[in-house]
Amino acid sequence: MSAVNTLNKRRFENPFIKYSHIVLIAPFLVLFLVFIILPIIFAIGLSFTDFNAVETPSIVFFDNYIRIFSQDSIFMQKILPNTVLYAVIVGPGGYILAFAMAWLLSLLSKVPRTILAVTLYIPSMTAGVTVSTVWAVLFSGDRTGYLNSILLRLGLIQTPITWLQNADTLMPIMILVALWSSLGIGFLSMLSGILNVNPELYEAARLDGVKNRVQEAIYVTVPSIRPQMLFGAGMAIVNTFNSAGLGVQLSGSNPTPNYAGSLIVNHVDDFGFIRYEMGYAAALSVVLLVIIYGASQLAYKMFGDD
Amino acid sequence: MTKKHKIRVKKLRFDRGQIPVYLMLLPMLALAILPIMYIVFTAFKPIGELFAYPPQFITERPTWDNFRKLFEASENTVFPLSMYLFNSIVSTVSVVFLGMFIATASAYVLSKKRFRGRDLIFKLNNLSMMFVATAVSIPRYLIVKEVGLLDSFFANIIPMLAVPVTVFLLKQFVDQLPDALIESATIDGANDYQILFKIIMPLVKSALATTAILLFQNSWNSMEASNLFISTESLKTFAFYMNSLSVSGNGVAGVGMSAAAALLMFMPNVILFVIMQSRVMSTMAHSGIK
Repeated sequence: MSAVNTLNKRRFENPFIKYSHIVLIAPFLVLFLVFIILPIIFAIGLSFTDFNAVETPSIVFFDNYIRIFSQDSIFMQKILPNTVLYAVIVGPGGYILAFAMAWLLSLLSKVPRTILAVTLYIPSMTAGVTVSTVWAVLFSGDRTGYLNSILLRLGLIQTPITWLQNADTLMPIMILVALWSSLGIGFLSMLSGILNVNPELYEAARLDGVKNRVQEAIYVTVPSIRPQMLFGAGMAIVNTFNSAGLGVQLSGSNPTPNYAGSLIVNHVDDFGFIRYEMGYAAALSVVLLVIIYGASQLAYKMFGDD
Repeated sequence: MTKKHKIRVKKLRFDRGQIPVYLMLLPMLALAILPIMYIVFTAFKPIGELFAYPPQFITERPTWDNFRKLFEASENTVFPLSMYLFNSIVSTVSVVFLGMFIATASAYVLSKKRFRGRDLIFKLNNLSMMFVATAVSIPRYLIVKEVGLLDSFFANIIPMLAVPVTVFLLKQFVDQLPDALIESATIDGANDYQILFKIIMPLVKSALATTAILLFQNSWNSMEASNLFISTESLKTFAFYMNSLSVSGNGVAGVGMSAAAALLMFMPNVILFVIMQSRVMSTMAHSGIK
């Protein structure tokens, strides 16, 4: 019977069966290369050119990079510090927040835990859409804005504050909104990781002198869920840089007022789609990619296996 | 069984300790829920309450006015709301189903097949989990143009299909399936396609549910294609329409309308998540494969 089977197989040699692993991975591989890897290579290539989207690009070597770091005073004085400030608070901040929330939820019993986890997760899936609707009204600059009307009634301010047009308040609001939507899939991953920690580990740790819940979290929970911690860190990075358009969405203009809420992503759009300096915009993209890559390497260093 | 029992005992022992936990969760819960409640309340506010000063949070006389206005306002134009909704539904359903297949198929191959370049692909995939499309929007635009997707409905779908996180998650799950399972299926005469659909997919249901949610959110909320790749209005999606509505800001009446649109926008997300979440949890609890 088996001899007949091999014989049949040899006779037909259907390429779809023979090379099935290639057929199955091909769709992903092609799309992945075309829409994820190629744009990165393209960005690097374009960054060495002067390109206005119409004429053929001309090679300028490192001119764009030199311009970024020596002549673009807006980049050095506003965009880069803004990006670093935003990324440092929203990235690690959102990450720690996600872990803390997951850990607190893991102490509850199942039904309330599930309900609260869903509640905390909701903002992350509505983020982009609700930004303009909710937060712009909440922080609206006239006296009918929620925050203004409350502060006016309490007598804390005399005239309404234009929260989203004000260089001092735009960035803190962006950070608040980004943290609001930071409990995403990484949060869920850490939650399920914590719930699956072997309870015997806690007993053993208690015998070894671990006294309270906080020590338990540091010495037992975090080391036990390193894979989920790494995944959560990755998602925190994605969330941070994906939400980088917030300043423009909230203030309604690119560049944002006095560049207070402008990050590298906005600077890229500003040069790429408004001024059509594609080569320069690409160089800015590369700088951003390097920052993202650096952050991800840091995460791997902290929680990776090797 | 014994494991479950132990966990339960642990939870019972610390029951009194749950009160401070709730107190610590409260600020974040309030921050999470209040903006959502604001949208729900505002979407159902009659015009009089929208104009009220000082602004009121809670709706006293809920109406469907804002939803009616939202649909009526667009009926008078060449491009009705239903058109954007239709485009969003078609592209999102396509992205979810094609994306689930693409991710599971590649996860299976990356997990269970041995061939040159496999580790490199997986490494690249994991690095790309932190890929942020907006960072390279210009080259993406140029590529979409080169492959002939510019101003095509498929621009809503095709660039959204390869999502490294979904491949990573699914591979994690396929890794846990014993090789013997696949070997015995091969001996029984099953080919890779049959193994994928009949064995792998049913066994990684919970990861598939998560994948579906991620793909849904990516596609349903995406404005990339409508903003950058598509210029024909009749091919754009609801997320784009909703965004343009709130940007144009039709004064106080516009606030009600855009809240109604926001509600339409995020309800499918919430409903799908709630449904899938319970499935994910139950699959986790009953999953026999370790």
